[in-house]
Amino acid sequence: MTACVDQELLLGGLIDGELDAANTALVEAHVARCEGCREEVDRLQATRGLLRSEGVRHNAPESLASRIAALPELEPKGANDNRLLKWLGPGAVGAIAAALAMVTVLPPNSETLVDQELVSSHVRSLQPGHLTDVQTTNQHIVKPWFNGRVDFAPPVPELADRGFPLAGGRLDSIGGKTVAAIVYHRRLHTVNLFIWPDGKARDRSFQKDGFAVTEWSQSGLRFAAVSDIPSSELRQFEQLYRGRSG
Amino acid sequence: MTGKGPAPGRFSPGAGHLQQFHEQILPHLDGAYNLARYLTRDPVLSEDAVQDAMLRAFRSFGQFRGTSPRAWLFAIVRNCCRTAQSRASGRVALVVNESSLGDDVSARIDAQPDPGPSPEEEVLRKADVARVRAAIEAMPEPFREAVVLRELEDLSYAEVAEVTGVPIGTVMSRLARGRAMLAKELLPAAKTGDEQSRSAK
Repeated sequence: MTACVDQELLLGGLIDGELDAANTALVEAHVARCEGCREEVDRLQATRGLLRSEGVRHNAPESLASRIAALPELEPKGANDNRLLKWLGPGAVGAIAAALAMVTVLPPNSETLVDQELVSSHVRSLQPGHLTDVQTTNQHIVKPWFNGRVDFAPPVPELADRGFPLAGGRLDSIGGKTVAAIVYHRRLHTVNLFIWPDGKARDRSFQKDGFAVTEWSQSGLRFAAVSDIPSSELRQFEQLYRGRSG
Repeated sequence: MTGKGPAPGRFSPGAGHLQQFHEQILPHLDGAYNLARYLTRDPVLSEDAVQDAMLRAFRSFGQFRGTSPRAWLFAIVRNCCRTAQSRASGRVALVVNESSLGDDVSARIDAQPDPGPSPEEEVLRKADVARVRAAIEAMPEPFREAVVLRELEDLSYAEVAEVTGVPIGTVMSRLARGRAMLAKELLPAAKTGDEQSRSAK
């Protein structure tokens, strides 16, 4: 006697406690009168018992736990910083602050460099085999692909119904930083959307070397869309994307 | 949330961040390692991947907005396992490997040494554990990770979906297929198939 084929997923849902009240009642009623499904539930439970028996799950070795605890970034701040402060003294801290201030005053130059890099990266990405590292139209694959590859979570909304089907994603480098690049298509054209953390970007659109670029920022991330589609369409893309990445 | 200006010893947005990380992420170290062990099937790679994942998780913890820190961490672990594996084998990391759903599972399980019967209970128990572990490791990856996340880590369907990046329906069918493989391999084959006579009962 075997389980009913159409009940297979539901039986799993039942023992996992993942069915809503109505479905739970339906499936339980079915199991009560179907011997095959009753046996299947028993088998599922028996398998679960084996899987959950002690020793099957691996515990992290002590050495790993201490290695992680010893990572410099994970150690409680304070001790090191204090010592450093005492060594340097307040004067040195002021000097460092001044030096940092000078660096942050300089950016206009680096900004145009970034503009140039955006366009070059877009052009480079169009060469065969360069466009995507993860090639799929499924946003649920693209989004988690970036986990652990970049230190932020780029929104990957679905825009196919508005004429911008998702093509995939890849890592790229802009201004020396690793950035997420999400690729959408527009008819036969390609839109590269570069994303990286940068709180203080301003919204703007411009043309460079015949490509349209539109930039905006949202929740601490900076977005730059680059494409050869008309800039009006690229701004439409921006609207759609912002509207759905909330 | 992070106090006023830079008081001595407390420069960065670090202190609160660090404490939250200790409370919400580090307790899942065992789970992270377990997942890595069953994904990579290699103790050394697992340690590297988990250490890497913890560091990445720490750096991007400020961006975390979701509801399940554990699912978030596991997704990072999963990616780090891929990176560690491809680094180890010199291959390029590919995310989508739906093609690897072969049916050579039982062949690979049969290749595991049979512990054989033993009178002593402890030995028996260890042999059982080894058999269950081998059966899990022999499953193709999509089923393996679904089963490990659900049965060993006790994640909800929604969390498994989040970690593995597939819809919940896919999680359900992968679990069903994975469990069927395990049942076939691990349970006594008493009542499989209709050809068996039911009059014996």
